[in-house]
Amino acid sequence: MISSASPFNSDQPRNGPLGPDDIIAVEDLAKIYGGRRVLDGVSFRVKRGDILVIMGGSGCGKSTLLRQIIGLQHPEEGRIWIEGREITQLTEGEFNEVRKKFGVLFQSGALFNSMTVGENVALPIREHFPNQPDMTVDIMVKMKLSLVELTKFAELKPAEISGGMKKRAALARALALDPKLLFCDEPTAGLDPIRVTEFDDLTLRLCRELGVTAVVVTHDMTSAFRIATRMILLHKGKIMAEGTPDEIRANTNPLVSDFINGKAETEVREDAEGYLRAILGEDN
Amino acid sequence: MPPTLTRFFQHLTGLSLLMADTAYWAVLAPFRGKRLRVDDTFKQMTLIGVGSLLICCMVMFFIGLVLAMQTAETLKKIGGLSLVGGLVAAAVMREIGPMLTAIVLAGRSGAAITAELGTMRVSEEVDALETMGLNPVHFLIVPRVLGMMFMGPCLTIVGVFVAMFGGYLIGVFNLGIEPAIYWRKSFDMLALKDIYSGMIKSVVFAGLVSNIACYFGLTVEGGAEGVGLSTTQSVVTSIVMIIASDCLLTAIFYFI
Ligand SMILES: Nc1ncnc2c1ncn2[C@@H]1O[C@H](COP(=O)(O)OP(=O)(O)O)[C@@H](O)[C@H]1O
Ligand SMILES: [Mg+2]
Repeated sequence: MISSASPFNSDQPRNGPLGPDDIIAVEDLAKIYGGRRVLDGVSFRVKRGDILVIMGGSGCGKSTLLRQIIGLQHPEEGRIWIEGREITQLTEGEFNEVRKKFGVLFQSGALFNSMTVGENVALPIREHFPNQPDMTVDIMVKMKLSLVELTKFAELKPAEISGGMKKRAALARALALDPKLLFCDEPTAGLDPIRVTEFDDLTLRLCRELGVTAVVVTHDMTSAFRIATRMILLHKGKIMAEGTPDEIRANTNPLVSDFINGKAETEVREDAEGYLRAILGEDN
Repeated sequence: MPPTLTRFFQHLTGLSLLMADTAYWAVLAPFRGKRLRVDDTFKQMTLIGVGSLLICCMVMFFIGLVLAMQTAETLKKIGGLSLVGGLVAAAVMREIGPMLTAIVLAGRSGAAITAELGTMRVSEEVDALETMGLNPVHFLIVPRVLGMMFMGPCLTIVGVFVAMFGGYLIGVFNLGIEPAIYWRKSFDMLALKDIYSGMIKSVVFAGLVSNIACYFGLTVEGGAEGVGLSTTQSVVTSIVMIIASDCLLTAIFYFI
């Protein structure tokens, strides 16, 4: 466990552009929907221990980017490495091995409504370790729930807990298999500002304590600057800016500073026709 | 090609692929160490059976009454009134039982499956399953398809008896046929072939309805609105497919 984070660890084949400290590399990624390039030439790397925040207005392709990395969709162009494996080439069976290394927190939480909170957390454990006795699984579930302070709510159904609790329960489920990597899509969307702060602190604390590398998608600037160690600003499917939070703040591109200062995006000022032309990509 | 036709073929290939995938996970995968989700399958059987039983019985009871009244009219003229029971039994076992049960299944349980899976799709629960390495077909579809393919014939048998009972009420209390004669004629006219062809039909219909329901559920797009749209599509497609395949099966059993 400890040695795997060390740059001197050599038991895994390294290939592609992954350096010794990198856990993810994305190269020239493109996703095309009906002739429109929703992602276009996206390349970046994620270092171990980083919290990379991907920012951008809604519809700029953040979720699409995440879906390519976690293997829910396959990109038309480009390659993706996770932990030394090029995932766009893998078969379903091979990719299952990669899946065990990461957890995903979906935008809506995506808890299974027919199961209790505890059963939701137990599900990945039971499926990947079918021979574990119930006792062990129960203890693991309790541990995960205590990380997010939900131990007392294990017996409740997702419909019976608040929005913030759902997000925390989903986080516990994402962390159930002790992943090295955590992906979050808009984890704080739909929460009130106090819950957002709470959830950000929780994310930060857990990533540090558990040594998890995180890739977080968000459009909430305050939240982004609170948790990020590196940032990417996505605009119309391309990376507009990349760097540490300080570098992003110091960026002189007016589009970037407008975005991080929450100035109205051009979208609001455009008429319907211009808007359609923009999203259909005819102007570029 | 017009867009409607393109969409039709798109759905047809999608549905065929899903059926092949379901067959793999239900039949082959258990031999390769991927155990069948038996408890989920039993849960679906209960849901489907309990959900559709009452409606199925009601529909079949009325059909029994209707058939007895309709056939009595003609049989009286040719002096074969005692044949009412036999005609009701044969019609219901061969044809009307399997078909109406399947239509009830489509409207009640099929719609529920599409709505449930569609909601899971739009709330990213299906994606969550996949990222946990749980195959949605294995986890969600196979229990529902097996559950319905088991409950389809069961409900059909129950329905056939309810319809025969409906016919019996008319035959005995309205037409004045001797109860014993009514039952004897009923069972005399049922050939073994009627029973197995009816059962095969109901298994095929249930397989179609469940796969169609799952397909339209998993392919929902566009939020809650999309769920409603897909549910309608699922029921309509199911009914058309039931009747089309009924035609084919009847031809196979009785004309070829
Ligand atoms: N399945 C799809 N088919 C067609 N277009 C899609 C699909 N999914 C997403 N898009 C389009 O891709 C763009 C990016 O979507 P998304 O990644 O969800 O944006 P974000 O998460 O940044 O809000 C949007 O304009 C959206 O309309
Ligand atoms: Mg999104």
